[in-house]
Amino acid sequence: MIGKGSSLVLSAVVSVALVGASGCDSGGTTTDSGGSARTVIQNTGSDTMVNLAQSWAEEYREVKPDVSIEVSGGGSGVGIRDLMTGIVDIANASRTLKPDEEAQAKRKTGKDPIEFTVAYDGIGIYVHKDNPLEEITLAQLAEIYRENGSITKWSQLGADADSFCSGDDIVVFSRQSNSGTYVYFREAVLGKGDFRLGTKDLHGSKDVVDAVAHTPCGIGYSGMGYKTDEVKFLKVSTGEGQPSILPTTENVLSKKYPIARPLYMYTLGEPTGAAKEYIDWVFSEAGQKVVVEEGYVPIPSKSS
Amino acid sequence: MLRDLRDKLVVVRERLIVGLIWLCGVSSIVFVFGIFYFVFREGAPFLFSRFDAGEFFGSPEWYPTSEVNKRYGALALILGTASVTVLAMVISVPFSLGSAVLISEFCTGKLKETLKVTIEFLAAVPSVVWGFIGLVVFNPLIRNYTPASDGLCVLNGGIVVAFMSLPIIVSIAEDALKAVPDSYREAAIALGATRWQMVYRVLFPAAKNGLLAAVLLGVGRAVGETMAVLMATGHSVRMPIDGKFPFFHILEGCRTLTATIASELGEAARLEPDPTGAYPEEANHYQVLFVLGLLLLLITFTINLTADLIVKGVRKQDET
Repeated sequence: MIGKGSSLVLSAVVSVALVGASGCDSGGTTTDSGGSARTVIQNTGSDTMVNLAQSWAEEYREVKPDVSIEVSGGGSGVGIRDLMTGIVDIANASRTLKPDEEAQAKRKTGKDPIEFTVAYDGIGIYVHKDNPLEEITLAQLAEIYRENGSITKWSQLGADADSFCSGDDIVVFSRQSNSGTYVYFREAVLGKGDFRLGTKDLHGSKDVVDAVAHTPCGIGYSGMGYKTDEVKFLKVSTGEGQPSILPTTENVLSKKYPIARPLYMYTLGEPTGAAKEYIDWVFSEAGQKVVVEEGYVPIPSKSS
Repeated sequence: MLRDLRDKLVVVRERLIVGLIWLCGVSSIVFVFGIFYFVFREGAPFLFSRFDAGEFFGSPEWYPTSEVNKRYGALALILGTASVTVLAMVISVPFSLGSAVLISEFCTGKLKETLKVTIEFLAAVPSVVWGFIGLVVFNPLIRNYTPASDGLCVLNGGIVVAFMSLPIIVSIAEDALKAVPDSYREAAIALGATRWQMVYRVLFPAAKNGLLAAVLLGVGRAVGETMAVLMATGHSVRMPIDGKFPFFHILEGCRTLTATIASELGEAARLEPDPTGAYPEEANHYQVLFVLGLLLLLITFTINLTADLIVKGVRKQDET
């Protein structure tokens, strides 16, 4: 739960610090400290991807000790905005760029943002481990999360609330609005409609899972990599009578699991130099191994 | 000749230094107006085009990033700020006035110094640490000992902010009590009043303006607090006060004006107007956050001004 505060602070600190740093072209910034040249690549954005990006950065340090990748979160929106103003080299995003963002980037920097699909992620629907419910349909999910939606009680889903949640009221956890997960969930489940008022909007993927773990009446959505023993996934089906699917690597890759999405990295213009090498490495076997270790879904091998 | 020159140099230097000091003095005025101006300038395009007072002050529907229907109702946020502030004051005013009375009237020597230092230390705790305490200490307490389903709520924010405004209220209230002339105390004791009677029959009425100012400055602190309430209140756009029993929902989450600005300004892009001078709809989000900022500025400005005027009133009375 520390992440809620620290990611905000971190992104604030990073954005302030970076305003002063000039020459952040897509090749990274070379700083000369004590004779040994070090290349710094600034990598900001999606909170969903922050753990993944951090692990990539750590692993890459072993491969290329003279390149340092500085990772911070803040949300996809923050990463994309910082990319548009040219203060980061690579933006992580769990949603695609909106057309007006693309136009802004082009207007401000004269370069087109280039998109790389670096991994896939399933959005798990998390509930407390004592919750007897096993599955949920997309329509039910929409009624829980939609503005003025009709489902507000666990008994409406057929769960015996007395056994785990004294008030029967569903406590709905969501994400703050600059999260890519928020935007994706709104699009995939609510059909671009709006969220209900009164959801608890948390500031990190891990925070949602933590909150659900502490709240027997709670439900939340977050990347499938954040699963702990305190919570469980609901199987999701696209409708009544359709098969209910668990968010697993196979189900995401086969597109059976309905709420899954690609994760992206964006650069301004074709990446060059250190940034290109880094992205190439992310696509390599070693880079994709990290994806699996972090609980995400690797992209099917690039040649296919 | 040389001496003349030296004298002139001294005069010039003197003037330069006086000018510099004057500049430092008025700079704070310039800054205050500058802040008002810049916040207003960023929010102005929204204020003059999309702003609808009925919606802004009357609707809880805060959907600035909606894809289908953007709405900018700030009522839930305003009530969120109001309810956290009121609750914080309800908790902290009795404690702070009690501590102020203890420090100024009932204790001396080492205990007094220790208390003062400790309370001042409270003021030095960074707000993100208070937020963290709200998350890891009060959150499970509220969850386990109240019917609340989740500990991030108005009550949690209120407790945290109460702690944060306590040192301000204590130190100003203590000054106000100290400013009451000793002759009042002596007269009260001479007439046979107990010490407690002296405090609430003589000192409180005599220092009432200073005490009020102390409370108002505490309110100002509570209204402006950001990080701690962001972490402790659950960040949920929801009316904390409504027509449903029990009317004031302290065990539900809420969201304050400050927390909204802090959490959403990061993604809201500052977009330029097109050649005709019209702004795209996406630009409204950034602008409306500055309108929230303007509202906050007006609230805290009014509170501080009132507190100032009250304290000035006290001084005038003393002089007569």
